Amino acid sequence: MERLIIKSDQIHTWLAKIIETVPRVLAPVKTGSKAEFREIKDANSVAYDTLTTTSSVKASAFPNTETLFAYEKQGTDTKIYDVAEENFLDTVIWRARPCDAVGFGPLTKIFNWDYKDKLYNERFSRLVVVSFACDKADGCCFCTSVGGGPGNTAGSDIMLTKINDKETLVEVLTDKGQKLIDLCKDCFTKADDSIDKESVLAQVPVRFTREQIHDKLAKAFESPIWKAQSERCLGCGACAFVCPTCACFDIQEDAHGNHGRRVRCWDSCGFTLFTQHTSGHNPRPTQATRWRQRVMHKFSYMPDRLDIYGCTGCGRCSRACPVDMNIAEHLTNIANNE
Amino acid sequence: MSKLSEKTATLLSEGTVKMIIGYEQGTERPRPAFCHTPEDCKLLIFNDQCSSNLAVYLTKKEIIGEDKIGVVGNYYVIKTVIQLNRENQINLENLVLMTVDGDDVITLGNIDEMQQYVDTHEPVPNEKVLAAIEKIDKMSRSERWEYWKSELSKCVRCYACRAACPLCYCNRCVTEVNCPQWIEPWAAPLSNMEWQINRVMHMSGRCVGCGECAAACPLELPIGILTKKMGTDIKNTFGGWKDGSVLSTYNVNDKENFIK
Amino acid sequence: MEENNNNIFEPRIIAFVCNWCTYAGADLTGTSRIKYATNVEIVRFPCTGRIDFMLLLKAFAGGADGIIISGCHPNDCHYTSGNFHARRRWMVFRDMLDFMGIDIERIRWSWVSAAEGAKWADVVNDTVGKIREMGPYTEYKKAAKFLEEEKISHE
Repeated sequence: MERLIIKSDQIHTWLAKIIETVPRVLAPVKTGSKAEFREIKDANSVAYDTLTTTSSVKASAFPNTETLFAYEKQGTDTKIYDVAEENFLDTVIWRARPCDAVGFGPLTKIFNWDYKDKLYNERFSRLVVVSFACDKADGCCFCTSVGGGPGNTAGSDIMLTKINDKETLVEVLTDKGQKLIDLCKDCFTKADDSIDKESVLAQVPVRFTREQIHDKLAKAFESPIWKAQSERCLGCGACAFVCPTCACFDIQEDAHGNHGRRVRCWDSCGFTLFTQHTSGHNPRPTQATRWRQRVMHKFSYMPDRLDIYGCTGCGRCSRACPVDMNIAEHLTNIANNE
Repeated sequence: MSKLSEKTATLLSEGTVKMIIGYEQGTERPRPAFCHTPEDCKLLIFNDQCSSNLAVYLTKKEIIGEDKIGVVGNYYVIKTVIQLNRENQINLENLVLMTVDGDDVITLGNIDEMQQYVDTHEPVPNEKVLAAIEKIDKMSRSERWEYWKSELSKCVRCYACRAACPLCYCNRCVTEVNCPQWIEPWAAPLSNMEWQINRVMHMSGRCVGCGECAAACPLELPIGILTKKMGTDIKNTFGGWKDGSVLSTYNVNDKENFIK
Repeated sequence: MEENNNNIFEPRIIAFVCNWCTYAGADLTGTSRIKYATNVEIVRFPCTGRIDFMLLLKAFAGGADGIIISGCHPNDCHYTSGNFHARRRWMVFRDMLDFMGIDIERIRWSWVSAAEGAKWADVVNDTVGKIREMGPYTEYKKAAKFLEEEKISHE
């Protein structure tokens, strides 16, 4: 891993070079009072003063709506047409947060554990993640309680940490990252060993550990805590949709007589009909059972089956929730109770 | 202990109600609270930040069951209860409906008292929404199309708007029907517009104007403008909504100017 | 739809009509040998009260350039009040569509009774002429083709 320094006023120059060279650059852009990842064509569009975006950037590898294949019936034959993956754009994600970058870990595991999802893998392979370490956190952040941190480099190709007004530390973590550095070699100088990244990072108090939660969950299936915590949950999909690791999807058909497309779109385990069977039976008939599923999936089933936790502590779910289902609060409750 | 906490705790300890639904302080703003014991009532608060429309829980059998419950709600909660009653969705005998005025807890014992309260306490309209409606009204047709297409193309179809609305209580929403497929279930500019048009049309005459749909939207899409515009149009065309749901009744004297 | 080799735009109009009045009226137009534009595809309903407003949006998404909705005159509905309900529905829906920027000039509402064969021809000719001038409803059709923006490889 290489440690470089970029002067703060050169960051703009480097980004401009990236925008010139790379087909697509996604960065946080102001939208009303918040920020979202959008494609930028101008280095001035980036919203540097917002803590984080409302939605994660998982749509760059796992879009909300995507075609799986197209079909056409010709007589008694059916022709299947694949998606033209060569059209997927090389993309730089600029100013991701460490909790965004680390989110690709569980996503990639989910899309590769039994069936290697070609579309996801093709999109993901074209991503270069440039994350900015966090010097601030809010009441919904809890990355340090889930094995992460405001300067955690997992999942990033490059990480920038602002040391002071003049200098930013640049950690080059992968070859992909190096290629971006090479676009503007003159912007960078070697970093001194004395540069202390930890001292400028946000303080995010540890509220619990993942292992604590995992162990408590092993005995919690029948606990009354699920009903108590989920009473106010409205069963919308906001939490699942903004989450960087949630990958549940629905498969639908855009049918037009003898031709059409099979479409994949986001779904949420919080929706009432998510597990509805055609028989009419629903194994998760109450919001309590669905809330239990959400927590168990991220903190018990995923680590047990895929060896990875399904939560990065970004707090997006809590901020997006209309009724303040603050997941860190709920998890702390679980860790401390029963 | 506040009068609110006292009153609600008493209702619980005397067994008058099985549960109280009110507001408590959340991470950044108030959120719905469910009190099962008199002790729980200590957390109840009431101020003008308390905006969730608690009536959304009154149609959820898994929350309220068949028991008598108490609700401490804001103006819109009361307005919604009247509408839900009109639609036969709640049993008023199982409801103790309260609100807070200053420090005092007021109980609204029957529909007339609720209607009285609603008639005399109408909140000030949201200036921002009214200004946005005016701005859009002045746009040309194609400007309006571009505006709504660009705003609603950001929609991800999380249905927070639907979930937060107390009058969206259908067991199976029109978007959850495949045969026939009225609205494409995937997020796309046109189907997102169709979803909002459908939602607002299904709300016509029923919407109480609480604005929780817009507040719930995680992406801050301007959908509150649609419900407000629809509500205003209906009020201007058909009079107040006391007459019952607009689209389930008719008047032989309805006047339109476009059917020739 | 007319076949034409001149690249003149021929609008595609979908008509939602009620069985007892307008459909019968359209039959009368035919038996009276009144010629009128052939651009209309008629969808027959028992009553205008049965016409779901979403069907209009489906018609536009499916490629219609214009829509006609027609039924019995008020007080003449075969089911007594179906057209009153429909009238209310259209009053609300039309305003909603206009606010969203959907071109309500492309939707023609009318009351055509079973005896008004000539009127039906007029309504159709009028609408077709108007839509022909307005051109195809391209912006709606474009929005309906969102998925096609993702390219598929043709073998």
